[in-house]
Amino acid sequence: MNHMNMVTTPPDQAAISALQSKLVAALKPILPEHALLWEPEDTIPYECDGLAAYRRMPLAVALPETEEQAAQILKICYAMQVPVVPRGSGTGLSGGAMPIAQGLVLSLAKLKKIVSIDPFTRTAVVQPGVRNLAISEAVAHLGLYYAPDPSSQIACSIGGNINENSGGVHCLKYGLTLHNVLKVRGLLMNGDAVEFGSLAPDSPGLDLLAIMIGSEGMLAVVTEVTVKLVAKPKLARVIMASFDDIEKGGDAVAAIIAAGIIPAGLEMMDKATTRAVEEFVHAGYDLNAEAILLCESDGTPEEVAEEIERMTKVLEEAGASGIQISQDESERLKFWSGRKNAFPAAGRLAADYYCMDGTIPRRHIATLLKRIQVMEKKYGLGCLNVFHAGDGNMHPLILFNGADQDEWHRAEDFGTEILEACVELGGTITGEHGVGIEKINSMCVQFGEGEREAFWGVKEAFDPERLLNPDKAIPTLHRCAEYGRMRISGGALPFPELERF
Amino acid sequence: MIHLPNANIDVFREQILGASKAGTPLSIEGGGTKSWYGNPNNFAKLSTRAYSGILEYQPEELVITACAGTPLKEIEAALAEKNQILPFEPPHFGDGATFGGAVAAGLAGPGRISAGNLRDFVLGARVMDGKGQDLSFGGQVIKNVAGYDVSRLMPGSLGTLALLLEASVKVLPKPAATATLRCHISQAHAHQLLNEWAGQPLPLSASCWIGVANSEEHGELTIRLSGAIAAVRAAIPLMSAAINAKELDPITAETFWKNLREQQLNPFTNLGADETLYRLALPAACGPIGLPNMSNEVVLEWHGQQRWWKGSSDDTTFAALKALASANGGHAIRFRQGSNVDPAKERFTKLSEQAHSQALEAVQARLRAAFDPAGVFATNRLP
Repeated sequence: MNHMNMVTTPPDQAAISALQSKLVAALKPILPEHALLWEPEDTIPYECDGLAAYRRMPLAVALPETEEQAAQILKICYAMQVPVVPRGSGTGLSGGAMPIAQGLVLSLAKLKKIVSIDPFTRTAVVQPGVRNLAISEAVAHLGLYYAPDPSSQIACSIGGNINENSGGVHCLKYGLTLHNVLKVRGLLMNGDAVEFGSLAPDSPGLDLLAIMIGSEGMLAVVTEVTVKLVAKPKLARVIMASFDDIEKGGDAVAAIIAAGIIPAGLEMMDKATTRAVEEFVHAGYDLNAEAILLCESDGTPEEVAEEIERMTKVLEEAGASGIQISQDESERLKFWSGRKNAFPAAGRLAADYYCMDGTIPRRHIATLLKRIQVMEKKYGLGCLNVFHAGDGNMHPLILFNGADQDEWHRAEDFGTEILEACVELGGTITGEHGVGIEKINSMCVQFGEGEREAFWGVKEAFDPERLLNPDKAIPTLHRCAEYGRMRISGGALPFPELERF
Repeated sequence: MIHLPNANIDVFREQILGASKAGTPLSIEGGGTKSWYGNPNNFAKLSTRAYSGILEYQPEELVITACAGTPLKEIEAALAEKNQILPFEPPHFGDGATFGGAVAAGLAGPGRISAGNLRDFVLGARVMDGKGQDLSFGGQVIKNVAGYDVSRLMPGSLGTLALLLEASVKVLPKPAATATLRCHISQAHAHQLLNEWAGQPLPLSASCWIGVANSEEHGELTIRLSGAIAAVRAAIPLMSAAINAKELDPITAETFWKNLREQQLNPFTNLGADETLYRLALPAACGPIGLPNMSNEVVLEWHGQQRWWKGSSDDTTFAALKALASANGGHAIRFRQGSNVDPAKERFTKLSEQAHSQALEAVQARLRAAFDPAGVFATNRLP
């Protein structure tokens, strides 16, 4: 099947080789030998990110070890008008770090120092290649942590998090990357060093930090980040509630919020998912439930006790058919284990699965789930539904067999209809995976021509020559033809060991 | 979403296109309650007041969408009915304050230190650019990474980027419990304690220290605790004991925090005709700082990260304050000026004056040009 329908005119191989030689010759004097790769056997690991279906070989890969080297690389590329694709850990799921054939991949992976930690001001200064979880680990002894916790946090880098505005299971209560970063030091495409934001609560001029975060590597290259650290909750407990009806489950989510409670985590699984994961993790899920809600409280022991009591009451009133409360940390992790293993579980049920990443207003959760049930019949394909119910971000996993062309097309149409439903219900095509290369066509559906033109205006304000990751996230006019979706082949996830979503 | 008749939007478009043709900027105004904030101008006004109304509010979604001209008090009343709040506590500075004005000013009240800034809560915006295009960015959901986060450029832009038509803002439940404690300690001690507490799982939601700027003298520290009933109840004795504090009765407490937010307290209300009220935004690390030519009294909010200081209005004083703030990693603003002070004085620290930000000035200029090529919003209210 053709995943490469986004490729531009195939460039002349001789011209590419000539450009490659020229670029390598220019970069060699400023980088140590091991920090510049151009032989295919060395650059092949960089041909894709976490979205393996989209691959392309770059001219070369540069791995600077200092900000100064990164700046020099950019200056050289700028002078040669060579496009640059910045890359962190390469765990992204939308192809945001897919190389450009006539471009350079700029890996920030070697900039991985934790520069400083200040417990008094609750801040840490880190280089972009530092892993998300490494920050929390480094400050754990101070009773602090870095709040955003994307599921891939053991591998994904803070630089990548900045570019995707990563969230996590706890973002309803603790916010996204945007809410937890004070300052970003970076380089513009021409090599100029700049600072977005500051350690003060606000900065002069327009809020450029806000637009830089979530810009998918298209506005500036991150070289240093100052993150906020927050006090680690003393305790966390989770309620597992079963519902004999999807609508009741969806309404329970709304009821919790309406009762004035902001849970630390609020996740939902449908019956198909529950059955699939139970077989996999044996967490003791209620297999007869149509929907299972996981509702977490954290804070001081007094706070948690009070909140768990209130949550339990709301869930009972919402018609929960069963309620279990974790009694200790190991039970809490057991309750979560199924939710965190939805992906590998889906991989056991079908040869391939297709993951969507739309977000909808919470009140439409049941509406969407019911529509998906109808679509399952319409397309003759199964679908597992896992939701970050607290923030309305959903990840339906459409099960299909990629070897069967007809099934694949039905899966595509199924996904299209789900995303259309998300936009129709007042939501968005991507909640947290980013647009990248994969959903670039879907941008045409969510935004009109005026907005897309404005996005290009933003892009050119930072990068007038459109050299920094230029083929991602924002579609050109002629691209706007079809929806895009993410497809993951069963077992073909490049980081199978990582928890996802 | 309920859609209001687009009559107002068409009027806005006509006005914008007219200004574009004439080459004269428009000064966007809501209730006019913050017209003194930012660099002044005499350009024709574009009033958003007629474009008013709450378009969508469902408490369980934690988001409210309203037109720019909606009175801020109408928004807050609708939220209060469902026991919800705007956690960043935007100052009104007058009865007619509008929702759009609050967003465009980007100001936040006492709750900012714990809840976050106004821009943190903006989820989406409908704007009209300088070409009269009706554009929507972001949305009504918390998680949304489709396209650049243009809606979050609007807070604090003071009408210099585009006309804000509508905004969607995240809201939160009103905390189940609140308590206010007061004591008298030195500024250095308050600064130290507040930062230590902020790093612990305590329900500290706001602070204010009022006293003599750069001395060992005791000032008045007021702190607010908000959160779960059990959390607040457990924290009161713990924190009171550390500072020998007294708990304020709820009405006195509420009045205090409201007057602080609205700058109706003594140090704000008696601004001399020749004086300027300066605002300093500073990093958490910045302890007590001093400067000649300034009044003795200083107000510290946000655990010291926002400081209000009255002093001489001359450019030398402002330059010295800017240098002092900058040396400490922050910036300074001429927030309010007394009636005798020349209104034409530059109110802000410019991007180019800030370390490592010079290259961003060109970026900012291009960004404005992209949304507003003819300079319809180029009032320089925010440089």
